[in-house]
Amino acid sequence: MEPLDVELDETEVELPTEPMLVNVGPAHPAMHGTVRCVMELSGESIRRVDVQVGYLHRGFEKMCERGTWTQVFPYVDRCNYVSPMLNNVGFAMACEKMLGVEVPERCQWYRMALGELARISDHLTCDGAMAMELGAFTPFLWMVKARDMIWDLMEEETGARMTHSFGRVGGMAKPPTDNFKEHAIAVVDQVDHIIDEVQKLLYGNRIFLDRLEGVGIISQTDAISLGWTGPCLRASGVPYDVRRAHPYMKYGEVEFDIPVGKNSDCLDRFMMRIEEIRESGKIVRQCVARLPDSGPINVDDPRVVLPEKDQVYGTIEATIQHFKIVMEGLKLPAGEVYSYTEGGNGELGFYLVSDGSGTPYRVRIRPPSFLATAGLERVITGQMVADVVPCFGSLNMIGGECDR
Amino acid sequence: MSQLLVNLIQSNFASQVLATHAQHGDETVILKAESWFSVHQFLREDARADVDMLVDLTVVDFPDKAPRFEIVSHLLSLSKGHRLRLKTAVGDEEGEDAVVASLTAIWASANWMEREAYDMFGVRFSGHPDLRRILLYPEFEGFPLRKDYPADKIQPLVPFREVDDNEKLAPFGRDEGMSFGRQTHDWDAEAGNDD
Repeated sequence: MEPLDVELDETEVELPTEPMLVNVGPAHPAMHGTVRCVMELSGESIRRVDVQVGYLHRGFEKMCERGTWTQVFPYVDRCNYVSPMLNNVGFAMACEKMLGVEVPERCQWYRMALGELARISDHLTCDGAMAMELGAFTPFLWMVKARDMIWDLMEEETGARMTHSFGRVGGMAKPPTDNFKEHAIAVVDQVDHIIDEVQKLLYGNRIFLDRLEGVGIISQTDAISLGWTGPCLRASGVPYDVRRAHPYMKYGEVEFDIPVGKNSDCLDRFMMRIEEIRESGKIVRQCVARLPDSGPINVDDPRVVLPEKDQVYGTIEATIQHFKIVMEGLKLPAGEVYSYTEGGNGELGFYLVSDGSGTPYRVRIRPPSFLATAGLERVITGQMVADVVPCFGSLNMIGGECDR
Repeated sequence: MSQLLVNLIQSNFASQVLATHAQHGDETVILKAESWFSVHQFLREDARADVDMLVDLTVVDFPDKAPRFEIVSHLLSLSKGHRLRLKTAVGDEEGEDAVVASLTAIWASANWMEREAYDMFGVRFSGHPDLRRILLYPEFEGFPLRKDYPADKIQPLVPFREVDDNEKLAPFGRDEGMSFGRQTHDWDAEAGNDD
């Protein structure tokens, strides 16, 4: 064989390059199984990208139009399946806004405590998966362990680990269990401890930081224009949190900080969630401290809330009331409403249109993940192929919510 | 939601406002379809409004009304903290001619939300750079969130797409693989057994 002898200093070697099309997903673990990216590469950098979603589309908005308002709850559960409680409460609040009722104080504290626990589990999943996709398997197991503690608590409260369907229009399905308070505090203590360990494992890890720092930067203007909300928007330096900007339930009365990022890169989005887990833990503690031990959990309104079971079987009035709510459904007044809460990924909005019958006319779920995924194209264009994984992970695309 | 924005629109676009209401505390302005873009642009650029985020854009189908599709947008100003809902209506009874100006030039978030609205309702957004289906596949027939689309409708199976230089993909029949109850074509007629 002839020795290949090229004087690199003297002659400029030009390698022929042509753009290459690479397809990632939808059946790719780093794409979380539901998103497809068709990328045009020049060498290793991404020149153009087409992000395709819809592989998990199940037509929820259509199905909502077939049942009663109460039957929407299982569908919203399956939108963001890592923090279903936030969706449940968000939808219940939209219906309550339309009915003009306000749930009792005990229910509000209970909803907030469960909601913040759900938010912790959402952030733990996102950060854990993000670390795992970059090769750090231990923090993932640590965080999933913490998430499992929350899900055990949820199981004890609601009977289901993930899709609880626990919210009701005008209250919750059940009052808190007797040992909810101790259990919640124990879980939050454990989560804080685990987060400390995760921080020690990751924040001093050169490989992890190099993969995230300065990667996937998006300007503040772009983030706002893309309709980003939640941790992704706050990572770009906008301190917008629905809980603070438009306080609902008792968020005006609890103390918590809103962490804000500086560089708007993947590391900021990662750290944002870690800090929010701590803040949520603070809120859970305050909610538990202020949650009354007795008192009604549902509104006292026979149009909305199902009567007690012993009443249903014992009195004709309660039988009729039960029958009418179950068979005809709640009657929301004709009109439209937009109600928004802070979900795991940002502003979770429900735009409801009612025609006055017991069946929803239109249920529009404003999904924060959908808009975050819409920004993926802008985030990864110009980056390297390897950066797709952390960028995508940092946006926390939840397939069920993105595709509905 | 904010009354200020309603007043701003009423003073600047008086002839374009069809109605306003504030049901459940959500201020709403119903506009003529031709001013859909200009009102949004005004709210984005006016310093008093400073509406920097298009929170949501969706469609509601009212088959019995004259312009059939209600386009609904929800706006938010992060700096001022106020919100507004804008609505307009387009499209005739059959769902044809449902065209409204695209907001992609003002907000990037309009891109995917308009694609979804087109996908689900068949409302076209003029000026949209890339109006194609987003949640459904290109061969999908009809627009599922229209009220006249039956919820239990079965879509035909899609043959494999034609791919150049690839002979591995075999084309298959429309009903192949479907259970017999769902098959729509007539086996006898195809076999020539018309008797």
